[in-house]
Amino acid sequence: MSSIGTGYDLSASQFSPDGRVFQVEYAQKAVEIGGTAIGLRGKDGVVLAVEKIVTSKLYEPGSGKKIFHIDEGIGMATSGLISDARHLAENARNEASSYRNQYGNSVPLKYLNDRVSMYMHVYTLYSAVRPFGCSIILGSYEKGQPVMYMVDPSGISHGYFGCAVGKAKQAAKTEIEKLKLSELTCKELVKEAARIIYMVHDELKDKNFELELSWVGKHTNGRHEFVPKAVLAEAEEAAKAAMEEHSDSDGEDM
Amino acid sequence: MDLKTEMKIPADFPFGSSSTASPSDYRQVAHTPITTGTSVIGIKFDKGVMLASDMLGSYGSLAKFRMIERLVEVNKQIVIGAGGDYADFQFLRDIIKQKVTDETCLDDGFMLKPRSLHSWVTRFLYNRRNRFDPLWTNFVVAGMQDGEPFLGVVDKLGKAYENECVGTGLGNHIAIPYLRYALDKKPNLTEQEAREAIVKSLQSLFYRDARAFDKYQLATITADGVKIENGLTLETDWSMADLSSGAD
Repeated sequence: MSSIGTGYDLSASQFSPDGRVFQVEYAQKAVEIGGTAIGLRGKDGVVLAVEKIVTSKLYEPGSGKKIFHIDEGIGMATSGLISDARHLAENARNEASSYRNQYGNSVPLKYLNDRVSMYMHVYTLYSAVRPFGCSIILGSYEKGQPVMYMVDPSGISHGYFGCAVGKAKQAAKTEIEKLKLSELTCKELVKEAARIIYMVHDELKDKNFELELSWVGKHTNGRHEFVPKAVLAEAEEAAKAAMEEHSDSDGEDM
Repeated sequence: MDLKTEMKIPADFPFGSSSTASPSDYRQVAHTPITTGTSVIGIKFDKGVMLASDMLGSYGSLAKFRMIERLVEVNKQIVIGAGGDYADFQFLRDIIKQKVTDETCLDDGFMLKPRSLHSWVTRFLYNRRNRFDPLWTNFVVAGMQDGEPFLGVVDKLGKAYENECVGTGLGNHIAIPYLRYALDKKPNLTEQEAREAIVKSLQSLFYRDARAFDKYQLATITADGVKIENGLTLETDWSMADLSSGAD
């Protein structure tokens, strides 16, 4: 993208002569500078992981979370503008709550995904609004099946086996593609997710980050939960060990 | 002044007027329960609380629904049970469940505690009674409050209390003596002893309460969490029924 809109980038409600909506593309750029978020859909659940970049040591640990609890069985990981993501989380929660209120059972993720992506899409149609500067990954475990969707600022969404967004999405995707996702359990995926986030984290550009992990699957009884501290610590240790090993072998090669 | 003049009702007085036109400025809200559940009983023991209710949904005197759940897990430390109008129970249960989901979304590490929920249910039901539109349901809230067992009742008009053992509906009359007797004998029951007292009470209720049933749910709440056993069956012995006369 040349990044020069030549007058066609001032509004989300106008196409450029070659058929692009620049405001949406800029919003996607905003996502590309966000911390990496990945979603892994294994055989018995979904694991969400986010690299939350900590820009100041003065922040409390655990503040400004990037993984949200949407409904009993639904989690949402985000990348991009955090305040936009919070608004979308609130919207998704309201959708889930209103669905349960009307139909008496929890919202199917397919339906929730439709509603949220339509909501995001609507913000690409009018000059009075700007698109959302974030992408979201929705995960749940329904009727014994893991389900995962990702929505980008244009409102496009797809179902995924594994997905990544944010600044290191390319590196993360390459790593995810190496995994046999359909054979891995949540407990194994947590380690893989932690390893990938640690691996794609760029120490030179962003010094500090926090790893956020959540899961929903058979072992949580279909409930979306944040990964317990002990399991998180274990996964982080394993990730760091894998990094050491990696850099050692790099050294030998040289 | 004679009495008749004193008692004279002004022509525009809205009540008891002699006018034959029927009043139109009223709204009827008080109703009667339709599908009902009967007693819920509960007792504390040394490490937690136990709650039980049978699984019958009566339609008047008809034993219509025979596998309904009247005990519900609210979160990892609370169970609520209800007797009375089943629809009203479902209504409040859904509100409470959404409350819990909303709280989980806050992700602040806090969880609703039983005493708070008990108080909230009190406010809700009392508010409804003040609007002359009460929910026809008695609630029992049981759970672990900061490591201590909690057991409380809220009746349909919002009257509330806590106790070592509780019962709603006919359970308040038939089960309470058994439960109190068990606690008098030994204040700190074990889980097994509590269970025996509960089952004994349920048996009596089944014998005496024409709206009771032998299928029941039993919830145990301890520091380890909530366990609800569904569809248990009471062992009963009706051989003595032959000895009673005049029952047929």
